[in-house]
Amino acid sequence: MSQEREALLDPLFNNNPIALQVLGICSALAVTTQMKTAAVMSAAVLFVLVCSNVSISLIRDHIPASIRIIVQLTIIASLVIITDQILKAFVYDISKQLSVFVGLIITNCIIMGRAEAFAMQNGPKLSAVDAVGNAAGYGMILMVVAFFRELFGSGKLWGYTVLTPVTEGGWYVPNGLMVLAPAAFFLIGCFIWVVRSYKTEQVEEEFHVGALLEPGHEGHVR
Amino acid sequence: MEHSSRYIVMFAAAVCAVCSIFVAISAVSLKDRQELNARVDVQKKVLALADLMGKDERLGNEEILQRFEASITPRVVNMGTGSYADEIDATSFDQRVASKDPDRSRPAPTNLAKVQRLPSHGLVYHVQKDGKLSSLVLPIEGYGLWGTLYGFIALAPDARTIRGITFYEHKETPGLGGEVENPRWVGLWPGRLAFDDNWDVSIRVKKGAAGPPESDPYQVDGLSGATITSRGVTNMLAFWLGDDGFGPYLEQYRASRSVTRSGASGARDEAKGRPVGSIAARSI
Repeated sequence: MSQEREALLDPLFNNNPIALQVLGICSALAVTTQMKTAAVMSAAVLFVLVCSNVSISLIRDHIPASIRIIVQLTIIASLVIITDQILKAFVYDISKQLSVFVGLIITNCIIMGRAEAFAMQNGPKLSAVDAVGNAAGYGMILMVVAFFRELFGSGKLWGYTVLTPVTEGGWYVPNGLMVLAPAAFFLIGCFIWVVRSYKTEQVEEEFHVGALLEPGHEGHVR
Repeated sequence: MEHSSRYIVMFAAAVCAVCSIFVAISAVSLKDRQELNARVDVQKKVLALADLMGKDERLGNEEILQRFEASITPRVVNMGTGSYADEIDATSFDQRVASKDPDRSRPAPTNLAKVQRLPSHGLVYHVQKDGKLSSLVLPIEGYGLWGTLYGFIALAPDARTIRGITFYEHKETPGLGGEVENPRWVGLWPGRLAFDDNWDVSIRVKKGAAGPPESDPYQVDGLSGATITSRGVTNMLAFWLGDDGFGPYLEQYRASRSVTRSGASGARDEAKGRPVGSIAARSI
C-alpha cells in the first residue's frame, strides 16, 4: 500500500479519529440531529483540516519548536473564522443552526492532532491527503449518526419527511431521546462496537482490578 | 535546531500578520452578503407571521425583499407618546441598533423581561392585504433561560386578537426552550387575546395545557421542560405590550381607528373608559 493511499484510507476504519481515537466527540454530539447540519459541519472541518495541514506542513521547518503549538492554533483559528464568515454569507440558515459549533472547530482535537502528529513531519502533499482522509473519517461517522438521529428523532431524512409523525397526522411516534445529545453517544458506541467486532485488533486489552491483587499476575490480564 | 529569541518573536509576528490579513479580507468582502442574509432572515419571519408566505414555500432573497416591500410598511413610532415619527426614515431604522445607542435610548425601568435599554423610537410593521390593514407586527425581546429571545408578535387590526408570534433569534436549548420555534406551539397562538376587557395585558404562557382560544383566550400551553423560557415569553409580552413598551402606541392606534371588535372575541363589551371612536380619523 503506497504511503498516500494509506494516509487517505487508514482514517476511515483502521484509525478513525472518532471511533478509535475518540476525538472530536463534542461536535459529533451537537450537530448530528439533522443530516444537513452534519454535512455542512463535515465540509467545514474538511476545509479547515486540509488548509491547516497544508499550511503547517509548508512552514514546518521554520516553526520554532518552543512556540509550535501556538503557531498551529493561530493558523487553525484564522481558518475557522474564515469558514464561519463563508458559512454566514452563503448558507445563513445552516450557519445559524450550527451557531457556536463552527467556532468550536478550533478546539476540535482532530485538527490539532493531525497538525502536531502528521503535518509537522510530512510534506504538504501527503499532509493534504492525510487531512482529507481524517476529515472523511470524521464526516462518515457524523453522517451515520445524523442519519439515525434524524430518521428516528424527527422522522425525516435531509429535511424530507420519511416517517410521518403523529403530530402531523401520521403513525410514527418520534423518539425524543434521539434529538438529545446522549443518543449520539449510544450511536457512536454502537458504531465502535461494529467496527471492533469486524477489526478485532482494535479491541484494547482488558483491565480488571482484581488482577492486581492476585499473586503472580502483572496487572493487565486478558 | 535552536532558534534565537529574536527569530521566534519575528516568526510569531509574521504568522499573526499573515493570518490577520486573511481574516480581514474574508470579513470585509463578505460583510454585505451577511448583512443582507440577516435582514432577509428577519423579513422572512415577518412575512410568514403575516401569512404572506406559505410554510413550505422556498423563496430567494430577491423575492423575499420584493414581497416584503410590496405589502409591509414599516413605521417608526415614538415610544413615549405613541405617535408616529415620520421624520425618521423607517426603511433604514433599526430598533436594536437604536436601543444600544445612548443618544437614542434610555435605561429601561426594572422589568421581569430583563430588558436593559429602551429605545426612544420603535419600529412597527403594518401588513396590508388587498389594500386593507390586516395586521400590526410589533417587535418583542426578553430574557429566557440562556439569553435574550428576539421575535415579533402580530396583532389583528383590533389591536387585541393575536395573529401569531415568532422568534428569529434565541439561545434556548434545542428540544426544550428551543421549542419556541416549533410550528405546533406557535400555531397555538392565533385567535387568543393579548388584552382583557380593561386593556390590560393578560396573555400568558401557563404551566400545562391551555384550552382552545374560544374558551381560554388569555393562556397558551407551556413548553414542557422549559418553564423559564415559557415565563420569559410571558414577561416579554407583558413588557412590550405594556406601558413601557408599545402600550402608548397601541392606545393611540385604537383611539384613531375607532375599534370595532371582530372575530374571536365575540360579543364582548367595547373597551371601557376609553375614548373610542371619538377620533375616527384613519391616519394609519
